[in-house]
Amino acid sequence: MPDIEVPFRILPRLNDRNRAFWTGGAEGELRFWRCQDCGFYIHPPQPLCPIDYSKNLAVEAVSGRATLTTYTVNYQNWMPGPEPPYIVAIVEIVEQPSLRLTTNLVNCVPDDARIGMPVRVVFEHHPDPEGDIYLPLFEPEN
Amino acid sequence: MDENEIIERRACVSGVGQSEIGRRLYRDPLELTLDACLAAIEHAGLTVADIDGISTYPGAQGEPRGFSGAGAYDVMDALRIECGWYNSGLETSGQLGSVINACLAVASGLATHVLCFRSVWEGSAQGEKGRSAVMPGGGGGGGFKASGFMQWNLTFSAPSAAIWIAMFAQKHFDKYGITREQLAWIALNARRNAEVNPNAIYREPMTVDDYMNVRMICTPFCLYDCDVPCDGATAVIVSRRDRAVDLRNRPLRVEAVGSRIDGRPSWDQFDDLTKMANRGAGKQLWERTDLKPSDVQMAQLYDGFSWLTMSWLEALGLCGEGESGAFIDGGANIARDGKLPLNTHGGQLSSGRLHGYGFLHEGATQMWGQAGERQVATPPEIGVIGAGGGNTCGCLLLVRE
Repeated sequence: MPDIEVPFRILPRLNDRNRAFWTGGAEGELRFWRCQDCGFYIHPPQPLCPIDYSKNLAVEAVSGRATLTTYTVNYQNWMPGPEPPYIVAIVEIVEQPSLRLTTNLVNCVPDDARIGMPVRVVFEHHPDPEGDIYLPLFEPEN
Repeated sequence: MDENEIIERRACVSGVGQSEIGRRLYRDPLELTLDACLAAIEHAGLTVADIDGISTYPGAQGEPRGFSGAGAYDVMDALRIECGWYNSGLETSGQLGSVINACLAVASGLATHVLCFRSVWEGSAQGEKGRSAVMPGGGGGGGFKASGFMQWNLTFSAPSAAIWIAMFAQKHFDKYGITREQLAWIALNARRNAEVNPNAIYREPMTVDDYMNVRMICTPFCLYDCDVPCDGATAVIVSRRDRAVDLRNRPLRVEAVGSRIDGRPSWDQFDDLTKMANRGAGKQLWERTDLKPSDVQMAQLYDGFSWLTMSWLEALGLCGEGESGAFIDGGANIARDGKLPLNTHGGQLSSGRLHGYGFLHEGATQMWGQAGERQVATPPEIGVIGAGGGNTCGCLLLVRE
């Protein structure tokens, strides 16, 4: 994994439902809740499966491979964070078409970003007294 | 009741009003709100005693600062209004969700004349510090942590709707080959209209070069694709149509509303990121009337960010899917003398982010022929108003009686 500079980030408030997503990077894993009855990955987390309403859910890791669904190159200094320009992206996880999250595309110059390009997860580690956070960012697969 | 009745047709828009509007007024937001409310009541030919309902978006809320100038109770109490029905809230079909609710209230008989309003003071709230002064978490200090839906975007340094909407625009442009040169015409058309609107905030002429050379915010949006925070309030009276026939203005019948949301109620989880919740709202509106998109003589479509207007044009069938770039290109179709006059007051891009209600105010004003120098030559008889973006969109089709 290439080194990435760690900028200031507003971190998420952890709870039992979101902890797996935000801390799985400690073991290098991108994790989601998954319905154990129908196999549907659920994001953002919720108390039951939206497909069959089962509460039989468990955390599972996915491959970390995804597709760049869309993105924007941000030039505005909204608040402390990565130095603009930086890329905000929506990626779709390969395991399930609807499994999607907003993230940053890193290790990619803006001109190289292409909708549909394959990307893979890379974690940005933020030590925190309430539990270290590992932001799942994405970089070009090639 | 006839179960097939399109019940919103029992309602009409009978009057509109606005307060002073400015980039930063540093005036009491409640006072601005009341100025707009009293102006609208007077414009309708009513008195405060006639008002028996209130509806507003989003209602009283302290954060983010400037987003709400007054709640329903504030206005109710200040004007000593007694209500048969009242309503406010953020979780509805866009800013016009409050107006749609008012239509249903008068149609059901719970109220006769509903005072609807939207009040903002985002200009003053941001002061000289700009947008960062009102960012979630106060700009990142103090150990603030993100919860709820904000954790999924704030954490990735995506705190602004500009970024969220830019990603829809980028996807839409990529799919249909639309360019920034085409997008420019939303801002350029708005500015041409603002030049002849004395209440607009930015009135100096804007050229294509001005647009193409200004700094980028987040691709494909430049500064001129983002609306301008301001202070001001807008009020609209929704009346029972059978009680409005003898009022000052010809009733603007609510021919049909669109309030549907047919995908996940989310900015980044919507199934088709080239579309928004206006897809469902626009479709529902046309299911409720025999009129067709080709009957529309004027459109006032939300431009919190310029691409949202393109999204509304397509969602309402005013042009084909993916064809909004070609439709607005060059500006002829959407000019005041074009086939579909659009955002004739200058939109929020040039006349201020009055947040949805400015479009309804302008649409009604044009339909009554009261728009002064910017009046389209023949006051439209049929107009469509759409407001909101992302997971919060609503629209109205108005017909002058």
